[in-house]
Amino acid sequence: MPTTDDLQDRIEQALPGASARVEDLTGGGDHFRAEVVSDRFAGLSRIEQHKLVYDVFGADVGGPIHALSIKTSTPEGMR
Amino acid sequence: MTNDQIRDFIKQAIDENSVMLFMKGTPSEPRCGFSARTAAALNALNVKYAALDILPDPRIKQELAGLSGWPTSPQLFIDGKLIGGCDIVMEMYESGELAEVLGVEQPPDEETPDPPAAEAPESAPLGIENRLA
Repeated sequence: MPTTDDLQDRIEQALPGASARVEDLTGGGDHFRAEVVSDRFAGLSRIEQHKLVYDVFGADVGGPIHALSIKTSTPEGMR
Repeated sequence: MTNDQIRDFIKQAIDENSVMLFMKGTPSEPRCGFSARTAAALNALNVKYAALDILPDPRIKQELAGLSGWPTSPQLFIDGKLIGGCDIVMEMYESGELAEVLGVEQPPDEETPDPPAAEAPESAPLGIENRLA
């Protein structure tokens, strides 16, 4: 079962320089919320930003990670 | 029904309905909190939309994800373009951007709409016939 630390590590490794804060929404290890801050998001549409995060997990989203709620932003709110 | 037929049906639904929501359950009986919130945002804006329940056949979800490149549901399409899932739709609802994209007035009540969507105004959900069931 994935943990919040696993998710955080995977995001931060896949998106160098990103910082992620991951919460387990239900305590069940399958519904997570990730808040990710990365300068990689600059200039991307919201959907492209979220896709970058989903792509970190590939088929795990919808599999062991039943739901992943995402909030993305760029450092200091630059967009 | 073959996978190709399912995929074609999904494509057609997206093409034919300017506001198309793929969700778990229906707007009046959502089967997932994320789907419920997304439908509730559309209901709060009083727009007509088509909704398709992805649950009756697991292949609907697979084909939809393959088509859109988006792994989870709900998924909202406006004018054939993927807008996003619950998080994006709620962010856009709260910022007024969703009303703008849909060309409707943002309701004066700025609060997040409450699921269940069953309290939807009568004119809201335009149910799509679920030929995939």
